[in-house]
Amino acid sequence: MSTQHTIVEAHPIAIRLRNVTKTFGRGESAVAALRGIDIDIPAGELTMLVGPSGCGKTTLISILAGLLARDGGELRVFGQDLATLKRDRLARWRRDNVGFIFQQFNLVPQLTVAENVSVPLVLQGESVASAVRRANELLETLGLEGRGKSAPLNLSGGQQQRVAIARALIHDPRLLVCDEPTSALDAELGRRVMELIRGRSTSPDRAVVVVTHDDRIFHLADSIAHLDDGRIDQLHRVPRDTPARAAH
Amino acid sequence: MFRFAIKMLFGDSAKFYGILLGLGFASLLIAQQASIFVGLISRTFAFIGEVGHVDLWVFDPTQSYVDEPKPLRTTALDRVRGVTGVEWAAPLYKGLLVATLPDGSRQVCDVLGIDDDTLAGGPVEIVSGSLADLRLPDAVMAEVGSSQQRLKFPAELPPGAVPAPGQKFDPLGPKRAVEIGDIIELNERRARVVGLVKCAETFVPAPTLYTVYSRAITFAPPSRRVMSAVLVKAAPDVTPATLAQRIRDETGLAALTPSEYSERTLGYWLRETGIPINFGIAIALGFFVGVAIAGQMFYNFTLDNLRYFGAFKAMGASTRTLLGMVALQALVAGVLGLGLGLGAVSVFGLNASGGKLAFKMLWQIPLIAAAAVLIICVFASVISMWKVIRLDPADVFKGA
Repeated sequence: MSTQHTIVEAHPIAIRLRNVTKTFGRGESAVAALRGIDIDIPAGELTMLVGPSGCGKTTLISILAGLLARDGGELRVFGQDLATLKRDRLARWRRDNVGFIFQQFNLVPQLTVAENVSVPLVLQGESVASAVRRANELLETLGLEGRGKSAPLNLSGGQQQRVAIARALIHDPRLLVCDEPTSALDAELGRRVMELIRGRSTSPDRAVVVVTHDDRIFHLADSIAHLDDGRIDQLHRVPRDTPARAAH
Repeated sequence: MFRFAIKMLFGDSAKFYGILLGLGFASLLIAQQASIFVGLISRTFAFIGEVGHVDLWVFDPTQSYVDEPKPLRTTALDRVRGVTGVEWAAPLYKGLLVATLPDGSRQVCDVLGIDDDTLAGGPVEIVSGSLADLRLPDAVMAEVGSSQQRLKFPAELPPGAVPAPGQKFDPLGPKRAVEIGDIIELNERRARVVGLVKCAETFVPAPTLYTVYSRAITFAPPSRRVMSAVLVKAAPDVTPATLAQRIRDETGLAALTPSEYSERTLGYWLRETGIPINFGIAIALGFFVGVAIAGQMFYNFTLDNLRYFGAFKAMGASTRTLLGMVALQALVAGVLGLGLGLGAVSVFGLNASGGKLAFKMLWQIPLIAAAAVLIICVFASVISMWKVIRLDPADVFKGA
């Protein structure tokens, strides 16, 4: 029996999960990754998913980003039931609605920084020249002016993460999904990266979901869902007036 | 995304050059071995092409190829001449005879006896002398300038000199090429070189000597059957095919056009010898080297980029787009590798032309090499595509 967790806020619901389950494998080797997830993630907020390794965090963001099909339950992302979309339409939905920030950055080393950032626009059909120009404009706003033609491997870890953020934001997605965005960064860089991500969550028609183990950034969340053994066992609302939060 | 696919291919220079070298080496091996095979096998019927202005070759029906003459009776010439539609018919002698050089060394020669009256079937290129000089006593014309020309004379012996009885020559002493005026013995009969000719490289590893038919049969061992073939020119009002059928019907002999005779000779060597198999093995080796090296490297290249393909897939790239990227990468690598290999083969061919090495690159050979490279690329890209198709976009969150 799952317990429904609702974040009581004025914001509309961006993502709604009801009794979502997911099992990998079959028979005796079957592993239940999600055992009935119920959560409403409001728009305009930053929600963190935390918990021990193997608790189902990665499976959960994969499902709500449309990368993985759920076995049971209900999922609506900005009103869209992802289960009704066929594979190609689901890919287009991701292309138009989701921005990804991966733990390993996944920047293609053979492409320039600007070309890496431009990939979502090119996937949407924009010309490479136009997409690269827009990528360079966005890189400037992230403090990476003049680095568009650099190779990603020539950048520091923090700069690479900012490039990954630029790639996730360039097509103005409604949902931003981040996997351990600060795990490879020191405290200061991690703080600055989270500022960028958090700035994104304030729009009322947007939502940000961050999977993290990094307790240094917990105070930047609007809410924190703690998962254990495929279930959300705690849903914590972060007070708006914490000293750390106030500092931001 | 296709532009990015190309950049990804060129950007990984170590693997790119590895793929290029693998494909280049495969196409080099395939095209080079195929060209040598064609060059070598073309030599089996090169002599037929050397004999110009002939519409038909008439020979013993049991003869398989041009270098295996089964002698005809002399009456065959008259029987052929009696067939309606024959403008002229000329005898041809072709046989391997042993020549003795002034230093006592012996050399097998391919002796050709052409019609005394018309000199039909004579050499295409005369280097020095005149074809009419073949009518002089003891006259022969000797082949020079080919890889199989081995008529080497003792350098200190002046042209035309005949060694005195008992005169000794050092077989390891200096040698010179055959010249006009040199005397040799053919089956213990005197022969004098009156001209030098160039011949097509043939499959017989012996220098060619031209002489007239009546003299050639005196060089040959005595036999009732000495005529190797009858060369026929068709009258203007009859086609060679029609005339060939008439000759077959009326004489019981085989009658083929030069191209048909070439095909018959070629067929014999392809069917009855191990040459095609040996070259086929080398060509297959080139193909499998290509598969092993280029295929493996391309597969590794795709595997290395799988996490990026996964990221593209997560970001909304369709499987079709990703497969198109992989196919384009394989195509570009294939075209460049093929160009590299064929370029190297062309340089090899230019350097080999005119030498001992048989090399003949027909227009079909680059197409065969291209097809082989295409198969290698399709094979390599299909196994790579399989990984991309099965790629789970959710894997990008697993730190793969």
